[in-house]
Amino acid sequence: MLEEVFREQWGRVLASLVGFLGDVDRAEEAAQEAFTIAAQRWPTSGVPDNPVAWLVTAARNRAIDRIRRERTLAGKLHLLPAQEEIIEEFDDTRIKDERLELIFTCCHPALPLDGQVALTLRTLGGLRTAEIARAFLVSEETMKRRLTRAKNKIKATGIPFAVPGAHLLPERVDAVLAVIYLIYNEGYRGRIDLGAEAIRLGHVLALLMPEEPEVHGLLALMLIHHARRRARFSGDDLVLLDDQDRSLWDMRQITAGRAVLDRALALGGRGAYVVQAVIASLQTHERIDWPQVAVMYRRLADLTGSPVVELNHAVAIAQAGDPAAALRAVDRLDLDGYLYFHSTRGELLRRLGRDAEASTAYHRALELATSIPERRFLRRRLQQL
Amino acid sequence: MQYALMIYGEPGYMETLSDAEREAAYAEYFAFAQDERCVSAAQLQSAETATCVRVAGGRTLMTDGPFADTKEVLGGFCLVEAADLDEAIELAARIPAARFGGTVEVRPVMRF
Repeated sequence: MLEEVFREQWGRVLASLVGFLGDVDRAEEAAQEAFTIAAQRWPTSGVPDNPVAWLVTAARNRAIDRIRRERTLAGKLHLLPAQEEIIEEFDDTRIKDERLELIFTCCHPALPLDGQVALTLRTLGGLRTAEIARAFLVSEETMKRRLTRAKNKIKATGIPFAVPGAHLLPERVDAVLAVIYLIYNEGYRGRIDLGAEAIRLGHVLALLMPEEPEVHGLLALMLIHHARRRARFSGDDLVLLDDQDRSLWDMRQITAGRAVLDRALALGGRGAYVVQAVIASLQTHERIDWPQVAVMYRRLADLTGSPVVELNHAVAIAQAGDPAAALRAVDRLDLDGYLYFHSTRGELLRRLGRDAEASTAYHRALELATSIPERRFLRRRLQQL
Repeated sequence: MQYALMIYGEPGYMETLSDAEREAAYAEYFAFAQDERCVSAAQLQSAETATCVRVAGGRTLMTDGPFADTKEVLGGFCLVEAADLDEAIELAARIPAARFGGTVEVRPVMRF
């Protein structure tokens, strides 16, 4: 229970401390101390009405103490405000929510991408270094170095703790969304924790940037995909959308995702995340409107210029009833090294009754397949020819 | 904070520009040097004029040529005063070499 309060509040407390101390390391240290004190006191004294204010104040006091003790910083002492008492009935609104500033600092494009991801999970997600290391399959030592390097760069190079100005905002929002989506996709490949983590971050961002359509678009996309996670695998085998057991879908999460998507559309969102969320939403309908899905993939392909999206567009055309047109579109693509290019061609050729060519395409896909479920799936397809 | 902006590019890229482009680029460099945030700026002579110096056993050793033998060479640098990295990056992006295939390396200057 206390653990939950801590996870919930860590980001807000830490953000406020970074704003106050101007240093992520110092802030982390102070927050850690405050949470330790809380863990000792709260079980007997009860959780204060405003845990954030309590924790921030306790942490500030510790940090000021510490700085006072450090003689090398003696010259800067006059900059520090007088120590505040821990007031149990502290007014929450007095602690400004500075998580947005922290997000933009952690997702600054001058940091290496793996550092952005790790730092975002550590500072805003409240995950421990060991947990992040486990999620990314690296040693704790490696993850610690990655975090330290990112924190050092923030400090040394003067990466601002601020929400970027209007002229920088669009590209920086994109950078933040890219980090969250990257975290989500790590989770989608089987490590569910990170998927849920990304959704939590998405919720925080949507709360802090309520007018940004793409923020809502990404959150909607993640919610709708995440809702289908239990249906995507049967044992170790990948289950295609058509064959998924819909009773395994989390309908509440899909409904929540659709509501977020409505908000994104109402804000005039037409960007890549919004369009992907629209597609994901269309695909959860009882009868999928494939011509409409194709229209959306067309739009997404125009937005992204991605041949992989073109491939999905072709699949939608086939599903809409025109496999011949789909095959023509696929054959225009330059994706020879891509597994799904060949498996899609195989599927289209099979539907067109061109089994020999389908077999060649599936064999080529098999050569490229690395995971056991994928290989098993392709072998099954070949047997069915 | 002070930042060093180090400008790397392929030698002679200026000659590949049209007259109008080159003139515009020079005007931009000039305007950049005039910006009050620019503490100092210098364009370097070609990398062929470089001499690398090392001291070993009390002897000064010299080799002809730039430190690293790469296609892109250090062609100039600016020292700027900026509030934070974002401002330094904005200044770096204004340097014409950055959009003509060159790279501007932004490094904070050590404070003592």
